[in-house]
Amino acid sequence: MEILVVGLSHKTAPVAVREKVAFAPEQMQQPLEQMYALSQVSEAIIVSTCNRVELYAASNCASAALEQMKQFLADYHQLPAEQLDNHLYTKQGEEAIRHVFEVASSLDSMVIGEPQILGQIKTAYSYAAEYKTAGLILNRFLHKAFSVAKRVRTETNIAGNAVSVSFAAVELARKIFGNIEGKTVMLIGAGEMCELAAKHFINNGVTRVLVTNRTFSRAEKLAQEFSGQPILFENFKDQLHQADIVLSSTGATSFIINPEQVNSALRLRKNRPMFFIDIAVPRDIDPRVNDINNVYLYDVDDLQGVVNANLKERHKEAELAQLIIEQEIGQFQTWMAGLDVVPTIVAMRKHMEELRAAEVEKTFSSLKHLSDSDRKAINAMSSALINKILHPPTKALKQAQQDDCAQPYVDALQVLFDLELGAPEGKLKDVESV
Amino acid sequence: MGVNVWLFKLSLLLYALATLLYLVRVVVNKPDGDRWARWAFLLAFVSHTVTLVSRFYEAGYTPVTNLHESLSFFAWCIAGTFLFFDRRLRMAVLATATSTIVLVLMLFGSLMPMGVQALNPALNSLWLPLHIFMAFAGNAVFTVAFVAAVFYLLQERMLKSKKFSALYYRLPSLDTLDMINYRCLTLGFPLMTMGIISGAVWAESAWGTYWSWDPKETWALITWFVYAALLHGRLSTGWRGRRAAILAIIGFAFLLFTFLGVNLLLPGLHSYSSMGG
Repeated sequence: MEILVVGLSHKTAPVAVREKVAFAPEQMQQPLEQMYALSQVSEAIIVSTCNRVELYAASNCASAALEQMKQFLADYHQLPAEQLDNHLYTKQGEEAIRHVFEVASSLDSMVIGEPQILGQIKTAYSYAAEYKTAGLILNRFLHKAFSVAKRVRTETNIAGNAVSVSFAAVELARKIFGNIEGKTVMLIGAGEMCELAAKHFINNGVTRVLVTNRTFSRAEKLAQEFSGQPILFENFKDQLHQADIVLSSTGATSFIINPEQVNSALRLRKNRPMFFIDIAVPRDIDPRVNDINNVYLYDVDDLQGVVNANLKERHKEAELAQLIIEQEIGQFQTWMAGLDVVPTIVAMRKHMEELRAAEVEKTFSSLKHLSDSDRKAINAMSSALINKILHPPTKALKQAQQDDCAQPYVDALQVLFDLELGAPEGKLKDVESV
Repeated sequence: MGVNVWLFKLSLLLYALATLLYLVRVVVNKPDGDRWARWAFLLAFVSHTVTLVSRFYEAGYTPVTNLHESLSFFAWCIAGTFLFFDRRLRMAVLATATSTIVLVLMLFGSLMPMGVQALNPALNSLWLPLHIFMAFAGNAVFTVAFVAAVFYLLQERMLKSKKFSALYYRLPSLDTLDMINYRCLTLGFPLMTMGIISGAVWAESAWGTYWSWDPKETWALITWFVYAALLHGRLSTGWRGRRAAILAIIGFAFLLFTFLGVNLLLPGLHSYSSMGG
């Protein structure tokens, strides 16, 4: 039994392709059941997000199943299969396991470490569980993926630093002020980004908001929204010293805040630090403000730079996450290998026992004079013989399983002894858990 | 070799372990990955405390009379001060730096003659523990201030230039670092002042004069003035941040010279603890 993945993602397909093969979240029953019905697919899960569409399966015949899955994806969306060929990736065995672990841990996301993907996979799994298309293997596999993702999140700093401009501003403020609870933000002008950043600040504990705008009614409206305090545009420079954080995005064509004003504000606030965020283009704040002690000025490009640096830091953490994933892959493979060893041992034993019983019966029918105790002895002798014969291969199989190399032995035994495992197609669908 | 020497070596090893664990923590930067390092450091501090007590009983006097003892006691004061701040702040980078300083002091201490000697009669006074404790505790507090100041300047530079190294992601906020600077100043300055006053009173009873301008006294006074200027600036004119950090570093340079440089370079009344012991 092997894990298989067929899919495409933001890395391999443009949105124009992704949107064509996306599955609607509220209508998962039909596609899941169709995929489950594929002859070589034993278990099925479908993950569909705006950045990826992936089919996960467990199968006994990897290559045939992969072909069926590809065909299914194209057929279901009524697309010619060739159209998807350039965008699809197929993975099996260890590679597939690694891929799903990486996806769940958000290492394969467009923004590494973003938290949504785990929830999306959990939802996809819950559909598969609901429509009973996930069985023994995918159940275990997905739960493993969730626990790997959790380990990555707690043991690395993968989600540690802001990767959006407005949240980066909040983080910088934290780096400067430590705690931003109880700080005062001044909003100069209005603009979507400015308001978004202000909201982030308020959500993170800023309690006082001063709003100023050339149009006073606009300032009043915004102030109301943030339960802040409107200030006449002509007066905002006199109030500057009250603000710890200044968010500026006016349409002014020249600087509206210069170093002299900041210096005098700083004197009034006894040098307590100030953080200026200039989101306007052209800029509102004279860049020389950044040269003043205890004053930090960031414009849009600076904030983008912070975001890029944070992303780089996340990539470094991703390398650590990779180590965790490698460990967990090993564990999961041992479990998978165990699945194949145990039925083989059982089948081998059953096969021998049947032969023994038949032969003993034949012998007894030709040797009618045997006493009961003689029969007992012969039965015991033949059973002991089987046990003696089966002991070394059983031990070897279990050892091979621990060493992660049981598959060739299992395959060989199945051929040599013509073993038939429990379910002919290897479908373990009815076994919900181990 | 006395028991205390073995204990000293044990403490040294534990500090080394703690430093190593902190270093690993900083490189790996796991959230909350420094529990083991903190325990090792705490264990080292306890073992170090036992070392000092056992040495006190073995020697029969407060063990701060030669360079080995001085370094050991100074390291102990720094470790204690750090633990005091670490209770709430939990900062791995600061811990790593402090732990390294403690380790280096302990290593130097282990290179000095470690035997217990007969006490120089001039030092046989109740003022000895009092004077030394004040002075050393003050120095230790200023050492922690120095570490915080260095990190403040590094981080301030990164925030201003908008270029962030790996260190940036591991440092506490500027405000926290500045607050350590301030706390250390308000704690260290009274200690240092009392250290100097107790020294003067002791000098009066031992040598008959409060102040004799020997190099140690002179440099201690200069150092005191640097920190006095910093404290005044902070309290009256709102010096903070960069300027306060720079002064804490300058103050520490003077402090280091007063503490070690004077003994090693300038002869004077205080040379009990020079290399010769």
